[in-house]
Parts: sequence; structure tokens; C-alpha cells
Amino acid sequence: MDMEMELTSGGAAPAVEHAAPAKTPAPAPAAAHGQQHPIWLYLVVWTALFILSACSYLVDYFDFHGYLRWFLIVLFMMMKASLIVAIFMHMAWERLALVIAILLPPLAVLVLMAMMAVEADYTNLSRLIFFAAAP
Amino acid sequence: MTTEPALSNERHAQDSLAPLRGVITDWSSDQRSFKSASWGKTMMWIFLVSDTFIFSCFLISYMTVRMSTTVPWPHPSEVFALTINGKEIPLILIAIMTFILITSSGTMAMAVNFGYSHDRVKAAILMWVTAAFGASFVGMQAFEWTKLIREGVRPWANPFGAEQFGSSFFMITGFHGFHVSVGVIFLIAIGINVWRGDYDTGRVGFNGRRGRYEIIEIMGLYWHFVDLVWVFIFAFFYLW
Repeated sequence: MDMEMELTSGGAAPAVEHAAPAKTPAPAPAAAHGQQHPIWLYLVVWTALFILSACSYLVDYFDFHGYLRWFLIVLFMMMKASLIVAIFMHMAWERLALVIAILLPPLAVLVLMAMMAVEADYTNLSRLIFFAAAP
Repeated sequence: MTTEPALSNERHAQDSLAPLRGVITDWSSDQRSFKSASWGKTMMWIFLVSDTFIFSCFLISYMTVRMSTTVPWPHPSEVFALTINGKEIPLILIAIMTFILITSSGTMAMAVNFGYSHDRVKAAILMWVTAAFGASFVGMQAFEWTKLIREGVRPWANPFGAEQFGSSFFMITGFHGFHVSVGVIFLIAIGINVWRGDYDTGRVGFNGRRGRYEIIEIMGLYWHFVDLVWVFIFAFFYLW
């Protein structure tokens, strides 16, 4: 709860206007008492991760194929990843400045992925054309 | 003077752009940008971002070779199947490894919690339990490597299909297993510090500084990241 208080009060308060040199210290309070959250929350997330992992295993066990398989794999993967980052790694309680600095840059990977997919497609096509078994 | 903070609080409570404005004030302030994170935590996060790029590059190169090869890709479901009681169960070892890593993440999260309430015995034990799960994960991975190598899987060839399967497999799981092993060593080391009460007595560490219980949270960030990477490897390499 007090984390949220800090978010709203420390967040957008124009620091420059109110800067009073006499009472400057105020180190970010969150660093002092760290991220402590109720154990039950971790247990809930833990259970959810177990169920989601079981679900993604079942995708293979029941041998789904095609787009359904890929969709389910990515769905369960993203759900698990978000739970780990948000709760276990405490991203849900960090300030937006840190969240953006950490989570935005990896999105560049998607660009690389798209480029390499095009490249791989092209390589595959040329292999099919030029390395096909002679008749 | 007394009404001003209340006023500004009220204004920001109703303002949906307040968090974004917070980003700008944080980044443009002349002290530090990450106000809720200590330097140690920030540095770990930045390291993890760079590690994300390394693993992304591995997974993307795996995608590239798998998409571009004209030889059929080996079926992971069959390659990683185990025969238990005469019945072949697909991917079972990988599933067990996944559950073990998730469980270790759970114990790690609880260790962080007990660390912050200065319950050093519980925190240390939970860290060592986490390390034990991590070590068993690496053990299973060694078993899996042994099994595949005996079956003739090499980085340059394998009996199941496309040659690139071997190099992708050893590269990706090897690098991840290395991360887990390093994590196990760190967990044991920090666990000893916690057990000894270093962060209560203010014992000076090898780097000439006094540690704080926050180190468990920083350690936890690394450990959860290793679990996070496994989520992606499991999805893209083993299930796809």
C-alpha cells in the first residue's frame, strides 16, 4: 500500500519547485525497506505457473498441430513470463521509469526476429531451387 | 504551505498521465533516474537486459536455421521422450525440469521475503533449497546431454534429421545450464552470509562493503531471470 503512496506523491511532484535545500536528504524510501509482499501472493503465482506449465506440456502430450499449437504455446509462454516478471521480479511495484528502461529495449529483438525470418525464408527458397535433387 | 502537497496529490490522483509525467521528471532530475531501485538492483536489471539480448540472439539464430533448412527438423517430442515402465512418455524429463525450476523460483521468492523480515535462518535455508533444486536441474540436464550424445547427437550431425538441431540444442541449453550453475554457486555463497548473520552484524565483505538484505532480492532477480529464460526455451525449442 505504501508503495502506491510513494508512486503518487513522489512521482510527478515537481521536485525543482519545492526544492528546499534545508531538508534535502530524503533518499528514495523504497530502497530502504525493499520489496516485501505477502507470502500467499507468491504461493498463488507459484500454483498458477504450475498449472500453466502443465497446460503447455499437455499441448505436446495431446499432440496439437498447426496454428492452434503455436497459438497455445505462445499464449502459455507469455502468461508465465508476465507472471514471473511482474510478481516474482517485482516489476509490478517498480516505478514506470525503470519498467520502461527494462522492458522496452528487448522489443527491438522483434525487429531482428522479423528480419531473420525474411532472410531464412529466402535461404530456404534458394536451397529448394538450387540444391534440389537432380531428376 | 500545508495545503500544497494535498492539492498536488489530489491533482495527480485524477490525472491518468501522471505516471508518464513521472517518467519525465525522474529522467530529467539531476540525482538519479530509478528512484525505487537501489544501484545494486538497477545494475542487476541492466545486466539482465543484456543477457536477454544474448539469449534472444541464440533463439533467433535457432529460428533462422530451423526455417532455412530443407531437411526435416527432428521431432523434439520423440527425441526427448523417456521410456518409463516400458511406456514411452513424450518430453517427460523436460516437463519435470520445468516444474523443478518453477518450484525453485517459488522458494527463492519466499527467501527474499524472509530476508526482508530479518528471519535469517529461514531465508538461508530457503536459498539453499533453491540451490538444491537448481543443482538437480543441472543434473537432469547432464543426464539429457549424456543420453543424446550416446544416441549420436553432435553439433554437426545427428541421426534424427537436420544437422542444425545438435548445434542449437547444445548452444542454447548449455548456455542456460551454465547460468543455472553460476546461480547455484551464488545462492550457496550468499546463503552462507545470510546464515552467519552478516547483514545484521554489518560484517564487511570481500569487496570492502557492508552487505544488506537487499542482496537476496538482487540474487532473486537473477534466479527468476534464469527461470524466465527457461520458459522461452521450453516453448520455442522443446514444444515448437
